[in-house]
Amino acid sequence: MSNDLPFEKPLAELRKKIDELKVFGAEKQIDFTDEIARLEVRYQEEEHKIYSNLTAAQIMHLARHHTRPTTLDYIPLVFTDFIELHGDRVFADDLAIVGGLAKLNGVPVTVVGHQRGKDTKDNIQRFFGSPHPEGFRKALRFMQQANKFGRAIITFIDTKGAYPGDTAEERGQSEAIARNLRGMATFGVPVICVVIGEGGSGGALALGVGNRVLMLENSIYSVISPNGAASILWKDASKADEAAEAMKITAKHLLEFGVIEEIIPEPHGGAHRDPATQAEAIREVIWRHLQELSRLSPDELIEDRYAKFRKIGKFASAAPQPAANIDQ
Amino acid sequence: MFKDFFQKKKYAVVPSERLNAERPKREIPEGLMNRCPKCGTIQFSKELEKNLKVCSECGHHFRLNALERIAMTLDDGRLFEFDADLISEDPLQFPGYASKLEQQKISSGLNDGIVTGEGEIGGFPIVAGVMSFDFFSGSMGSVVGEKVTRAIERATEKRLPLILFSTSGGARMQESILSLMQMAKTSAALARFQDQGGLFISVFTDPTLGGVSASFASLGDYNLAEPGAIVGFAGRIVIEQTIRQKLPDNFQTAEFNLKHGQLDKVVHRKEMKSFLTKLLDMHLGKGEPTDVE
Repeated sequence: MSNDLPFEKPLAELRKKIDELKVFGAEKQIDFTDEIARLEVRYQEEEHKIYSNLTAAQIMHLARHHTRPTTLDYIPLVFTDFIELHGDRVFADDLAIVGGLAKLNGVPVTVVGHQRGKDTKDNIQRFFGSPHPEGFRKALRFMQQANKFGRAIITFIDTKGAYPGDTAEERGQSEAIARNLRGMATFGVPVICVVIGEGGSGGALALGVGNRVLMLENSIYSVISPNGAASILWKDASKADEAAEAMKITAKHLLEFGVIEEIIPEPHGGAHRDPATQAEAIREVIWRHLQELSRLSPDELIEDRYAKFRKIGKFASAAPQPAANIDQ
Repeated sequence: MFKDFFQKKKYAVVPSERLNAERPKREIPEGLMNRCPKCGTIQFSKELEKNLKVCSECGHHFRLNALERIAMTLDDGRLFEFDADLISEDPLQFPGYASKLEQQKISSGLNDGIVTGEGEIGGFPIVAGVMSFDFFSGSMGSVVGEKVTRAIERATEKRLPLILFSTSGGARMQESILSLMQMAKTSAALARFQDQGGLFISVFTDPTLGGVSASFASLGDYNLAEPGAIVGFAGRIVIEQTIRQKLPDNFQTAEFNLKHGQLDKVVHRKEMKSFLTKLLDMHLGKGEPTDVE
């Protein structure tokens, strides 16, 4: 499978041309230096043109790229000394959620995230990164543990959503998500959430109630997958690209809405082009926010988080109804 | 007692005449007769209303809008409404949203999908919120989230019990991420309320799905539901497509959820008021020991 998305084709073609020219020149002992330099400039111009004007739909495709780094790719690059923990202590170990202890620049933290599979077999085990209730309960257990021992919580969000299956419903999918939202609001430790790929619906938010919510440049965060929205709104799931535009799901939009605090830039072409550089950027930004939050007391951290979510929402006041004040 | 009554009124900044009316007048689009969607029995609308909109043959609970439920459940059918003036904006300029909002306001007579306020049940003062499926499928956008949060905050301030009757198709897509965040906002407010000892009774009515089910509605100290109410996270069709199987008829019903440990009790509409009164009494009643021989 090619790693290039359709809108990246012009770049791929240019790159191919440059590579061919290099090989040809070497073979035939002809100096193409000028020609290659010219093409490289064109490549950079083209690259800039394409990646600085991505549409929401194009960003969605980057966020879903099959080689995009996952939580388990980032953990060893961002943290050291990772100890993976397992299970919700009630039912099972949901592999759509991973987490445990790790050190961030030497400081112990709890890290927890959604985990998509790397291939079909892995994806089947991990339900494509869509947790069952036991996954949310596993995450909550890790976070409660962090709260008890005074460790900061770092979450990585990367899911299409909670698993929509019968067994998930039987075991209380709604309750599990709700319990996480409620629980995360009460922790007296810093909570920093990073959307690394797709933030889909309640299943994403269940790891998303943080003092700081950050997004990678080419990640998306939405109440329902654009595919789902298209099939409900226009009875046509193939209109996902249109829905992606209408729903304003990109990091830029969410920053404007005040839902997230910061966008973490990605290398040209997306995180999958250079995971190590991307991880470095993630670590720097998390560290900066963590240092800021570490100055707050537990009560201040809870208040800070409450205030952040309390103010989200857009509404107006209708003209007062023509009703008499009841005191009169 | 009488003094209390006047004190309470201060909080009703914009009382709604709709609610203070003797009984909300509802158009019955079906006209004089009504057909039960479950058993097919045809009955007079008037008879059905007298029976609290429960089918006399099979016990099917028809859906109620917020005003009907307030009239049936609260003392004197009265609720001193909070925040009736809040209306949705169109923050995303989402195609078709503004016009649909207008149309929903006209067809439902409400400004958005929930009515909140202060009232009494069995003489116990409470803060209540009643969702209405007839406004935009009870979907939760900024207004529903804000009204629920404000209701929780008022209950916290006034140390009153909170009872929310939910019905919702889920989060409102047209407000995208802002809708999603209402789940966190309401849940965070509930955490404060409950951690300070607040009593929250959540009543699921048909249907309660998605973002409402996966936030405040599932966080009751007591979770109740009306018989037959569909309660769940994902919708049946989505699940059937995912697992490639047909689901049993009783899937996600209140009785199914009760069996799977997700509810404390399924309460018939006729028993709802008396049951809530009993539950409130357990927390707020004087609880004096009776004479024991």
